[in-house]
Amino acid sequence: MLLRAIVRNCAAIRVGRIGATMLLAALLAGCQGGVLDPQGPVGAAQRTILLNSVAIMLAIVIPTILATLGFAWWFRETNTRARYLPEWAYSGRIELVVWSIPILVILFLSGIIWIGSHDLDPMKPLDSQQKPLEVQVVSLDWKWLFIYPEQNVASINQLVVPAGRPVHFSLTSASVMNAFFVPQLGGMIYTMNGMTTQLHLQADQPGEFYGRSAHFSGDGFPGMQFVLHAVAADAFDAFVNSARSRGQALDKASYHELARQSIDVPPSTYRSVEPDLFHEIATQGVPPAPGPQADRPEPGVSPKTGG
Amino acid sequence: MLGKLSWDVIPFDQPLPMIASAVVALTILGVLAWVFLAGHFPYLWREWITSVDHKRIGVMYTLLALLMLLRGFSDAVMMRSQQALAFQAPGYLPPDHFNQVFSAHGTIMIFFGAMPFVIGLMNLVVPLQLGVRDVAFPTLNSVSLWLTATGALLVNISLVIGEFARTGWLPYPPLSETAYSPGVGVDYYLWAVQIAGVGTLLTGINFVTTILKMRAPGMSYLRMSMFCWTSLAASLLIVAAFPILTATLAMLTLDRYFGFHFFTNEAGGNMLMFVNLIWAWGHPEVYILVLPAFGIFSEVISTFSSKPLFGYRSMVAATLFICIVSFMVWLHHFFTMGAGADVNAAFGIATSIIAVGTGVKIYNWMFTMYGGRIRFATPMLWSLGFMVTFVIGGMTGVLLAVPPADFLLHNSLFLVAHFHNVIIGGVLFGAFAGYTYWFPKAFGFRLHEGWGKLAFWLTLIGFYATFVPLYAVGLLGMTRRMQHFDVPAWYPWVLVAGAGMIITTAGVVAQIIQLVVSIRQRAALRDSTGDPWDGRSLEWATPSPPPVFNFAALPHVEGEEPYWSIKQRAREQNRLRDEPEYEPIEMPRNSPTGFICAFFATVMGFALIWHIWWMVALGALGAFATFVVFAWRDKPEYVISAAEVARIDRANRSARREALATYTGPRP
Repeated sequence: MLLRAIVRNCAAIRVGRIGATMLLAALLAGCQGGVLDPQGPVGAAQRTILLNSVAIMLAIVIPTILATLGFAWWFRETNTRARYLPEWAYSGRIELVVWSIPILVILFLSGIIWIGSHDLDPMKPLDSQQKPLEVQVVSLDWKWLFIYPEQNVASINQLVVPAGRPVHFSLTSASVMNAFFVPQLGGMIYTMNGMTTQLHLQADQPGEFYGRSAHFSGDGFPGMQFVLHAVAADAFDAFVNSARSRGQALDKASYHELARQSIDVPPSTYRSVEPDLFHEIATQGVPPAPGPQADRPEPGVSPKTGG
Repeated sequence: MLGKLSWDVIPFDQPLPMIASAVVALTILGVLAWVFLAGHFPYLWREWITSVDHKRIGVMYTLLALLMLLRGFSDAVMMRSQQALAFQAPGYLPPDHFNQVFSAHGTIMIFFGAMPFVIGLMNLVVPLQLGVRDVAFPTLNSVSLWLTATGALLVNISLVIGEFARTGWLPYPPLSETAYSPGVGVDYYLWAVQIAGVGTLLTGINFVTTILKMRAPGMSYLRMSMFCWTSLAASLLIVAAFPILTATLAMLTLDRYFGFHFFTNEAGGNMLMFVNLIWAWGHPEVYILVLPAFGIFSEVISTFSSKPLFGYRSMVAATLFICIVSFMVWLHHFFTMGAGADVNAAFGIATSIIAVGTGVKIYNWMFTMYGGRIRFATPMLWSLGFMVTFVIGGMTGVLLAVPPADFLLHNSLFLVAHFHNVIIGGVLFGAFAGYTYWFPKAFGFRLHEGWGKLAFWLTLIGFYATFVPLYAVGLLGMTRRMQHFDVPAWYPWVLVAGAGMIITTAGVVAQIIQLVVSIRQRAALRDSTGDPWDGRSLEWATPSPPPVFNFAALPHVEGEEPYWSIKQRAREQNRLRDEPEYEPIEMPRNSPTGFICAFFATVMGFALIWHIWWMVALGALGAFATFVVFAWRDKPEYVISAAEVARIDRANRSARREALATYTGPRP
């Protein structure tokens, strides 16, 4: 694509990008772990688009700000050297430029939006030699359930994946909306009851990455967080084996117990998972999880509220 | 008998809301007691509460807005201080309280702070700039005001009786459905916004009619001031968008009250239908707020540069362009729902296209200053602060319109920083510019410049100190609406943002002191001519404050800057225009309809929230009866005699004659 080539090669953009990177780097000096410090191909590509877009816009924004302040200062009332043009209110040439600059910038940016949206569509599988690991994600009030259908194990509030191998997430919610987000790996996606969303991510190197819900979901929302452990392939197998050897089995009964509202749930694992449980949740074969229950006080909520 | 209402719903066991509401209640009772004991009530009732004068209604809207801005700001202080204290700690606000605070903050700031501020300034200024005596439907205007006040009152009642919504300022289902929010909080939100929304819709209809049908003789569309154009665009957006809000909230109400399934998880409900609909209103709403602010900046920058607005027709085109495109971009609020690449890309591009209109405006303001003689009065400072700040906010906005970047930043504090950047830097700076600019028109004396400038600088610095750290911490992956957090990397930024709030608070205090000082020194700050800033549009042709009929004789408009050409002619000939032939003027009578309607609406709204059905019927019946009584009125108008008109106009002419005599002309 021509546009892509322009983006890649335009020297001005490159200079702008270096500027933008330096600016942001200065802003974040000494701070790691955000979306500008990606650890996988998706996050890296998204960061590139983010920085490119900022650079393109800064090329206009900085001169505009400087000109605004410059004009305001030079044409101050007390400046006797400034020319006063009390009637000057129209210039066809300036109008042409004034409309052209934003239109050209937006045309350029539209190319990036179109290409970027398609390249980085969360539903699109990643380029890789390896078959992606399947992970099914269910957001509950207020914890994350991760099901490994091929390994037939599950975990709560911790996610272990092999580094260097793509992961295909299928996501749904047991109750209210949430958003699955691991900042350093990129891409956020909503989880919704009765629907399944898709996401592809990959961690390049072993490491521990913070993940959480990015969509407010009620009183236990701050605690809807987890650590994503990217580990070597053999360590992943070890994790699966150890998960299989202990803990509860996740069947309808234990899922029913799990679906009740709870806050700040510590990580744990399930020895096995009832087949098709994710499918049942996503298609409401299992009814949506209950909200606050009359027989159990709402966690962290004054019982008086709500009359 | 009393539905869900009982003594249990008052949070006696929670000291913080009790103290806060006790202070508020005591203040209100104190003011009311003073009003009644000092005998001010008849005056207030006659001259203000029942007034249908657009200027008085504008002032009352603005007063409501200022009070609600304070309430919303105190919520903001609580949020920032809670987060500063809640690193790996519970802080001082439990989740149920914190969640109410951020929901109330958003609701109050948008519906009861920004909207009344913008609509108040429109009320005060638009009829004056059009050269007419009032809006098209003066009594309806009063109804709009009091229904908005009803909404504000209901939100504040929730502080003491029951709870407010804990679902954010837009109650996304299924969280806002009965299954997950069984309390009355969401019901308070629904009825407060619904009732205030009716008021806003009526305002929209009123102003579309006024601007399309009631201009002074000779004022063609392309001779209207920029503020009238942007008010027209905003009013058209209100008329088109607010019914969507009303219908969406009505559907959620049916879900909650009658077990419907529009947006529930079960029985075929679809939460994304709510999300689409609410943003189909929500994005135009952003432009309903910011377009009038753009109009204010156009007026202020032109006046204080002593030049006409550059590229007037271009500005009109850009305004209407924004007005139309603002309806085509709503999906950018939820790129992360998992729609396909084509949908996301289409809405991303549509969103960035809006920036063209805004970009054109910024450049035209720049060239308005070019060749000017710029006076840095407080309104001009707000405008310059806006131009710099808004360009940055616009840039981060276009960035969020790029779907792959949005996947990283959606719902983060980066997003929060972005929309505060455009709403504070755009709407609020605009409202403050308009407030200082038109204050002398409303009250006959200017606001104190020194305190105004101090307030500007403190607010500007406070804004950057608060929100630049939020941009940064958003890039570090911090999500919005967190009652506490555990990630160490976020902590320093949250602390800096908290410190920024202290500076912003100083700005708020300076703004309050400015008002007090100005009132005390009003004699020295008196505006005797009605034209304190060397203005260019028709509102400056009237005395300050203008008489109830605005213009002794309706002006004949001959160009884009009607008052400027009149003034220039007077300066060249060194004499005012000939005195017009004074005629008696008919003006609409004051009416308590709006206030009484709103009283019953308050009763009805409160009863609906608490399921007190007999009281609902009473409120509905009362409001309807008020309307019937008004419809059967037999004397809608009264006459001001020609002699009285002449007396008022001659007084102003003599002040202007004096000013003309001392006018020395522009510096060569």
